[in-house]
Amino acid sequence: MDIKKGIIDGDRIALAKLITMAEDGKKEAMDIIKELYHRTGNAYLIGITGPPGVGKSTLTAKLARAYSGLGKKIGIIACDPTSPYTGGAILGDRIRMQELFTDPNIFIRSMGSRGHLGGLSRGTRVAVRIMDIFGMDYIFIETVGVGQSEVEIADTADTTIMVLAPGLGDDIQAMKAGIMEIGDIFVVNKADREGAEKTAREIDTMLDFNEKSTWRPKVIMTVAQDNKGINDVLHAIEEHMKYIKDSGIFASKRKEHIKEEILELATQNIMSEIMTGLSKEELLGIVDKVAKREIDPYSASIDIIKPIKGGIQK
Amino acid sequence: MDRPIRVLVAKPGLDGHDRGAKVIARAFRDAGMEVIYTGLRQTPEQIVEAAIQEDVDVVALSILSGAHNTLLPKVVQLLKEKGAGDKLVVGGGVIPPDDIPYLKSQGIAEIFTPGTPTSESIEFIKSHVRVEA
Repeated sequence: MDIKKGIIDGDRIALAKLITMAEDGKKEAMDIIKELYHRTGNAYLIGITGPPGVGKSTLTAKLARAYSGLGKKIGIIACDPTSPYTGGAILGDRIRMQELFTDPNIFIRSMGSRGHLGGLSRGTRVAVRIMDIFGMDYIFIETVGVGQSEVEIADTADTTIMVLAPGLGDDIQAMKAGIMEIGDIFVVNKADREGAEKTAREIDTMLDFNEKSTWRPKVIMTVAQDNKGINDVLHAIEEHMKYIKDSGIFASKRKEHIKEEILELATQNIMSEIMTGLSKEELLGIVDKVAKREIDPYSASIDIIKPIKGGIQK
Repeated sequence: MDRPIRVLVAKPGLDGHDRGAKVIARAFRDAGMEVIYTGLRQTPEQIVEAAIQEDVDVVALSILSGAHNTLLPKVVQLLKEKGAGDKLVVGGGVIPPDDIPYLKSQGIAEIFTPGTPTSESIEFIKSHVRVEA
C-alpha cells in the first residue's frame, strides 16, 4: 500500500499505519513525514490534562463531538501508562468515547507511554504531526493521568485544559508549583458532586495571584457525562485561541514548542547512537566497575559518549 | 526495535458481562501487549472502526450472549470490506463446541472457551502475529 498517497487522499487506514510505523521509529515513516512536513501547522492543538479519574476522556469525547457537529475534522491522541516491568499497557480511554467510534469526522488513537515520562507517549508529537498532515482541524491530546509535575503537554499544545474534580485536596494543593501553572483553562468536572464550588473558588483565588500573564484563565464547572458546561469550555477554547493569535503569543509559543521538539529528538538520537555503539556486555562491564567503586558514574557517563563526540554519522 | 503487539479487546452484542474480557485484557497486558479496551455493548461497526484507527494486530472478541454466530463473522467481514482483513480475529466466551467449526470457516482464527488458561491464548497470539522488528 502506498502510505504517502493514502495520507494525501484521506485514507484512514494509511493514517493508522503511518502512526504505527512512526511510533515504532521506522525510517520509511520518518521519510514520508519529512517529505510532507510542509503540510503541518494548520491544526489547532488542545491539551487535556489532569489527575487520573477526573473525567479527561469523557470531556475530550464531548468536546470532540461538539466540534464534529460544527463540521470540523478532529484527531484525538489518548495516552495511558505503559508498564515499566512488562512493556504492556491497558489503553482504556476509548471506553468513554464509544459514541465517537463511527463518526467520520473523528479519528482516535490510543498510545502507551512506552517509557516516556512527562505525561505524553513517546510517539505523541510525531502522531500530532501526522494527523496535522492528514488535515485535522483540531487535535486533542489527552495526557496520562498526571501527578504534580508532568507539564510536557504545555510544550506541545496551543491551549492546555487542566481538568480537576472536587475532593482532590485543599487549597494548598492548588498553590503548588507544576501542573497548576500550565492551565490556560481550568475545568472542575463532576460538578454535581459536593464541594465543586469550593474547588472552583480555590482555583479562582489561586489564579488571582498570577500577575505575570495578561491571560486570566477561566474556571469552568462541567458535568461532562451529562453534557453540562461543554459549550462553555468550547467558547473558552475559542476565546483563548483568539487571544493568543491576536497577541502574537501563538507564533512565539509554536516556535518554543519546535525548539523543545528539536532538542528532544536530538536527545533521542544521541541516546540511540550511544546504545548502538555499546554492546550489552560492555555496558554491564562498566556497571560492574562502578558497582565495585573502581570508577565513578560521572566519569563512566563521559566515557560512553566519547565515541560519538566526533559527530553522529547517519 | 521490538514493538509491543497491539490488541483490541471488545465486547460485541448486548450481554453486560465483562469479567472475562477484563481478565484477558489484564493477562495480555502482563504479557507485554498494548491492550485497547473499548468497553461493553459494541456494534461490529464500532469494533471495526476502532480496530482500524488503532491499527491493532489482533481483534479479541468476548461474547456471552449467544449471538456469536452472527456477530463474530460480521466483524471479520466488515474488516475485509474496509481493507483491514490482515488482522487476526479471535473469540472467547461461552461458545458451544458445535459452533466452533462454523466460526473458523468464517475467518475467526481461534475460539477460547471458559477454562482456557490465559497463557494458551497469549501463546496463540504470539505465534500467529508477526511483528516486524
